Amino acid sequence: MPTKVVPAPKLIFEKSSPGRVGCNLPKADTPAVNLEATLGGVRKELNLPEVSELDLLRHFTNLSHINYGIETGFYPLGSCTMKYNPKINEVVAANPGFTGIHPMQPIETVPGALEVLAQVQDILCEVTGFDEITLQPLAGAHGELTCLMLIRAYHHSRGDSRRTVILVPDSAHGTNPASAALCGYSVRSIATNADGNTDLEALKAALESDVAGLMLTNPSTLGLFEPNIEEICRLVHEAGGQVFCDGANMNAMVGTTRPGDHGFDCMHLNLHKTFSTPHGGGGPGCGAIGLKSHLEPFLPQPVLRRSPLGKPELLTERPQSIGRVSGFFGQFLMEVRALAYLLAYGKSGLPQISRHAVLNANYVMARLKEVLPAAYDRPCMHECVLTAQRYKKGGVRALDISKRLIDYGIHPPTNYFPLIVPEAIMIEPTETECKQTLDEFCEVMITICQEAETDAELLKGAPTSQIVGRLDEAQAVKQLDVRWQPTKDECLV
Amino acid sequence: MNVPADLLYTKSHEWVKIDGDVATIGITDHAQSELGDIVYLDLPNVGRALRAGEILGSIESVKTVSDVYAPISGEVTDINEIAKMSPENVNSDPYGDGWLIKVKMTGKADGDLMNAEAYEQESAH
Repeated sequence: MPTKVVPAPKLIFEKSSPGRVGCNLPKADTPAVNLEATLGGVRKELNLPEVSELDLLRHFTNLSHINYGIETGFYPLGSCTMKYNPKINEVVAANPGFTGIHPMQPIETVPGALEVLAQVQDILCEVTGFDEITLQPLAGAHGELTCLMLIRAYHHSRGDSRRTVILVPDSAHGTNPASAALCGYSVRSIATNADGNTDLEALKAALESDVAGLMLTNPSTLGLFEPNIEEICRLVHEAGGQVFCDGANMNAMVGTTRPGDHGFDCMHLNLHKTFSTPHGGGGPGCGAIGLKSHLEPFLPQPVLRRSPLGKPELLTERPQSIGRVSGFFGQFLMEVRALAYLLAYGKSGLPQISRHAVLNANYVMARLKEVLPAAYDRPCMHECVLTAQRYKKGGVRALDISKRLIDYGIHPPTNYFPLIVPEAIMIEPTETECKQTLDEFCEVMITICQEAETDAELLKGAPTSQIVGRLDEAQAVKQLDVRWQPTKDECLV
Repeated sequence: MNVPADLLYTKSHEWVKIDGDVATIGITDHAQSELGDIVYLDLPNVGRALRAGEILGSIESVKTVSDVYAPISGEVTDINEIAKMSPENVNSDPYGDGWLIKVKMTGKADGDLMNAEAYEQESAH
């Protein structure tokens, strides 16, 4: 049954009462300082809220109750891998040996931290099949950009500066063409064929002498494994280009198959998706990249490398390096979490991740087949892309189905992506959900699809169970100033 | 679906109204309905020479960003400043207040343009 309506909470500013305090500060034991003289006074226009400790506690506890996250319910947001992040990661990352070190302290005083980074690199090399890993990039798109910079440096090192085009399939994440443009490339789009694969003829036609490389997501954003991946890499290499793997969908491959073996030259990983570091408002992101040895001279520096005796060292004398892409080695405590996750599974356990992720997505696809057919009728990988096109005649769109899901207490899946699927609903259950949860979700989806046929208005009006209904998204895009302003009565100045 | 009979249409869902050598260009009711709430119009500058089939600008909705193609060749003489400030006009009145640009045609409308009947069939599936 749909959940009950929660009343809209007040802002903490609205709960403020002049003079109310949350703590009693001890009497000052130092001479009083004139704020006006030393700091130029206190800004009165800030109108900071004045509340008691209990007011504050209730405010944020109540806010937390209307929050939705993986820890409150199912979160099948396709292409985002909203998997559960095991709490062991947090326990390990909270170790004072990690939290107590400073990024600027002398490198010889933090051998343990370097060992953590080296171990993450070693394991990721083995998982992806690449020769080198760098942990510098700070998020997925940053990893994409770094890979493109390596590709550009590689071409330039060979005296080849005529390559100005990056190929991107029409099903790609929007970040791909954006990263290419930021790196100074222009973008040529490659069509997807009727089976949901890269159109090889279109690829061949696009492979002119100006092509620097191809950015390919595998499995694709349609949740489909590219069966011609080796042929695609061969064709691009033959034309003198490099092939980048968008690793957003690595969760489908962990422990079972390796992009380095498919023929890719480089890839990015989202540790915050695949390797269970916090994600989605809980960030920060982590965009490690992997690459083959011919791109190694161009690695961002410093490079973290084990000495012949196995001791991790930072190498800075790298004349061909593209330079730093961030101040430090990514988000250090995120690497700690990723290492905890990788070691908890161990080599023999890792294939479980991708096998269960793929099994769960295929289970959902099969159970929903009658009400929401797959855009491409073939086994999927870790996510399935369904189409709600049949309900369009009755006025119901994919968005309405998703909004109605909120009334049943479930986070909506991704809508309208990839762009080439009409009325797309993209579901990624992840490996961390059990069959009971998937069954409950599928039953709700089936119910909603029945409602779509019998009571379209119910869906158009959804959600009705939350503190807000449909947001005015157009206004939200245009009117970015959301600062609270006191009314004249509330103004304390 | 609203497809006025006095306009010509493209496969990429633009409409064009020809009055002498001046063509008014916009996107169809079908297109605005597919895009959803439109939040931004990226339109060419007055004076720009357009070739039929080239990208004249783009439309951003809450759902996606979509290119708009020139249905005919010519020079941009006017852009709809009001719609640029209030892009929701394209949703509410795609054939009226929601027009995008006016073009002084250089040459005739070519054979790729469809009449209302042909467009209705084309966009039905």
